[in-house]
Amino acid sequence: MKDLHTLTIDEVHAGYRNGDFTCTDLVRHLLNRIEKYNPKLNIFLRLNPEVLDQAARIDREIKEKGINRPLLGIPFAIKDNFLTVGIETTASSNILKGFMPQYESSVTQKLLDAGAIFLGKTNMDSFAHGSSTETSDFGPTLNPWNIEYLPGGSSGGSAAAIAAGLATAALGSETAGSIRQPAAWCGVTGFKPTYGRAGRYGCIAMASSTDSPGPIARSVYDCAKILEVIAGQDKFDATTSPKPTDKYSACSGQGSLAGMKIGLIKEYLLPEMRDDVKKLIYDSADKLSSLGAQVEEVSLMDPKYSIGVYTVIQRSEVSSNLARFDGIRFGHERDRFNDENKRRIMLGTYTLSAGYYDAYYKKALAVRTKIINEFADLYKSYDALIGAVSPGPALKVGASKDQPMFGEMQDMLLEASSVAGLTSASVPCGFVDGLPIGLQITCDQFQEMKALSIAHCFQKNTDFVKFPDLNSL
Amino acid sequence: MKYTPLIGLEVHVELNTLSKMFCSCPADHFGKEPNTQTCPVCLGLPGALPVPNKKAIENCIKIGLSLNCTINKLSKFDRKQYFYPDLSKGYQISQYDQPFCSDGFVVLESGKKIRIERVHQEEDTGKLQHTILNGKKVSLVDFNRSGVPLVEIVSRPDMESSGEAKEYLKKIHGLIRALGVSSADMEKGQMRLEPTVNVKIEDDHGIHYTPLVEIKNINSFNFAVQAIEYEVKRQLDEFSRTAIEKSATNKTTRGYDSVKKTTFLQRTKEEAKDYRYFPEPDIPPFALNDTYIDELRNTLPLLPDQIIAALIAEGVEPKYAKVLCDNKDSYIAYNHNKEKEGIDRAKLASLIANKKIDIGKDIPAQYQKLTQSGITDRQMLEKVVAQILAENPSVVADYKKGKTGVLGFFVGQAMKNTNGQANPQIISKLFLDLLSGS
Amino acid sequence: MHKAHPITSDDVRKIAKLANLSVLPGEVDKLAGQFSETVDVVNELNEIDTTSVPETYQVTNLVNVFRDDVVDPARVLSQQQALSQAKNTHNGFFVVPRVIDSVEDAL
Repeated sequence: MKDLHTLTIDEVHAGYRNGDFTCTDLVRHLLNRIEKYNPKLNIFLRLNPEVLDQAARIDREIKEKGINRPLLGIPFAIKDNFLTVGIETTASSNILKGFMPQYESSVTQKLLDAGAIFLGKTNMDSFAHGSSTETSDFGPTLNPWNIEYLPGGSSGGSAAAIAAGLATAALGSETAGSIRQPAAWCGVTGFKPTYGRAGRYGCIAMASSTDSPGPIARSVYDCAKILEVIAGQDKFDATTSPKPTDKYSACSGQGSLAGMKIGLIKEYLLPEMRDDVKKLIYDSADKLSSLGAQVEEVSLMDPKYSIGVYTVIQRSEVSSNLARFDGIRFGHERDRFNDENKRRIMLGTYTLSAGYYDAYYKKALAVRTKIINEFADLYKSYDALIGAVSPGPALKVGASKDQPMFGEMQDMLLEASSVAGLTSASVPCGFVDGLPIGLQITCDQFQEMKALSIAHCFQKNTDFVKFPDLNSL
Repeated sequence: MKYTPLIGLEVHVELNTLSKMFCSCPADHFGKEPNTQTCPVCLGLPGALPVPNKKAIENCIKIGLSLNCTINKLSKFDRKQYFYPDLSKGYQISQYDQPFCSDGFVVLESGKKIRIERVHQEEDTGKLQHTILNGKKVSLVDFNRSGVPLVEIVSRPDMESSGEAKEYLKKIHGLIRALGVSSADMEKGQMRLEPTVNVKIEDDHGIHYTPLVEIKNINSFNFAVQAIEYEVKRQLDEFSRTAIEKSATNKTTRGYDSVKKTTFLQRTKEEAKDYRYFPEPDIPPFALNDTYIDELRNTLPLLPDQIIAALIAEGVEPKYAKVLCDNKDSYIAYNHNKEKEGIDRAKLASLIANKKIDIGKDIPAQYQKLTQSGITDRQMLEKVVAQILAENPSVVADYKKGKTGVLGFFVGQAMKNTNGQANPQIISKLFLDLLSGS
Repeated sequence: MHKAHPITSDDVRKIAKLANLSVLPGEVDKLAGQFSETVDVVNELNEIDTTSVPETYQVTNLVNVFRDDVVDPARVLSQQQALSQAKNTHNGFFVVPRVIDSVEDAL
């Protein structure tokens, strides 16, 4: 039998049904692995103190009612910016050390209602301020493929949890790259839904106008199953869409890509990008072609402008969203913000301040319109746009130190689609130097089914989904 | 030397919706135990998000409509950012450049128009209380009031006297209460006032304007009058000594001391506050169409000015019309009884307004007694009328020929017959009925 | 067209104050340099012509989102819950050091 930690959601449910193992068995197995590997990898910040009790309850439920909820008994790693009642929530920041949330986030509530079980909270860049997990106040997470390297961020812990086989599924969030990039650096699958597809209530805000909760898992299909549960209008989040959701797991029905037109973004093949990375992207384009799609090169605005737009919008909104952290009603004083937090808050304060608002924030919002229009034009002719997720493979631990724009630079291929609120899948497409490379498959707003279908077809017909052997650690 | 006070008024109205502006906590916070009516949203907990209260917005628009404002087709909320312990998010959700309502007016008795710059929506802050704990000066914070819906009404500085200011405030107050959107109880802080005062001085050297002063902590119309009058004098005095004129950076804030009846300087800010307004990303904007606005307009109750005008039109004296308008129960009593037999509207209005009639008891009976409207027994009066007509066939013939003025003769006869006791209106009507019948 | 404005240490101090953050004297210069780096990147946006291009701050074109005026007692926190995460409370209130906002208070 396969190792329990390598099972997909469906395989876990099959095992429960067949009586091969119980939820308690699976949870214990994962806890053992966490005990063994977490001290080195620093993936989980803390575990759910009630997890075994909850597993026992789930086992009773399975016995009595069978698998009657879509994610029943599926062990999740939850990024630490989601408020979870009963489990300390810190967003990897000292300012929230000891914070026990008084309410549950909408998305984790949906997961719980679907029967999921939470193993614990995963490490992240503090307040999601980064693309490395190195700005965490509790130490960086290490990349399970090579511990000299970073897992990416800000959902680095969640991505690494899947790569290391410490959870069956994971929840992350993306402001601009924070799901897709760590998924790519860790060689797993991440999915960013359209902005407003999943509710943000209870997810500690970074950039209010782009934050998108989303799944990270072992396969596109598993991501789709999770999306089915978390997508939908949230009455506590006025920015969620009333558009009906789909049965996203039907993405597995996509046999071929015949009739699909896919654009390979020229500008995302950066001049400084390594040739071996470029080759993987071209190979992926060829693969999609061989599956029936018509693949052509397309042109988008130079990604350097996306950096400017995203930096201003994000840091402005961050500066405002972190104003509530004053140590009065919860948390500690503001002097516990780390350097990266302070830099971002201050830059955001500056860009919104009198005399600079027009030049920076307003300007950024106007360029955003141009980016949105550019995508809209392309999507008239193309079903999806593809490119690399990241300029290169994972970077070494320490790479982000004293780099005031590290995060925004690393995410330059993802920022445009994020500020436009688009949906995108990040799937493994090969390795360089033993480190994974990810391909982004980006579709227009609310085209999750399309993105998942193309991604699933690609994944099914390639063999890039691999997991590191942790015995060398 | 000639001087003219220039007074603008900012009025904050606490709406009486059931729930708060951006969450479903109860909005009725007065007298409740501290921090018992909060939720993640109004407490500003991490991850919480605002969802606007439809009724509150409609109430804001109604206020704007009743103040003759333009209702903006496109509007939005903005974040007004500053740090203060009673501001749980570190920003207040308010409206900056696209408020729900703009450019309205109110007309004073004199016919003078006071322009209203804007009517916008925002949320209230928590409450701070100062005390000493363990020998240290501290402030205690209660967030029950945090997030309660407020409407801010901003006038242009068109008022030129404390009297005009008071009249404006009374009009606004009456309007708010007539709309039913707030009890506007000033003692409970449901209507808060902030006058901004400066003085235009014309002398041999030209025209000068004294620096603007905003006065806070005023919770009654009379205090507003006193504060304004004191402030005008103070500014004239200061100008005569310093000749300092209004500039973009010398606006100050003063508090009002109701005991000393003076204003005092509050901490002057070294630099103007930078609120770093930007559009609230958590709340989509509003696009309102004419149909929706008209629907709201149609739900407006009769407003005080309209009520008074209608009363005057039906014969009530203006001074009594005002009294009836101000007192809902009296107005209802008047309306209920004005059509009744033997009742003269003007007289009824004056009796109710002067409290000669107890509206809790039988009003027609009291009316009769007070007006000595005499015999109202129809049967008896019918006999009298019939008798007089029978006795005066030639006058009846004259009436029929078109000499309707002879009605007076008939009424006079009936009054003589009943020793002046008959009710003249009833007699009149009976004659008319019979004359038109036969 | 906005002219590039080098960020000075003075700017950093002002911004820190607005942002309610403390910055150590030793950090100010370093921060000024880092800011300038970031601002340089941002200033590249000036290369894009945005005349007559409206701003987008709501990417999914939603409008008129409201909720009904209804109280939901299930969402109201108890006093204990509301205060549970605060370091300083007293008799149901949150406690903060005295805020000075008037000349009187300062006395």
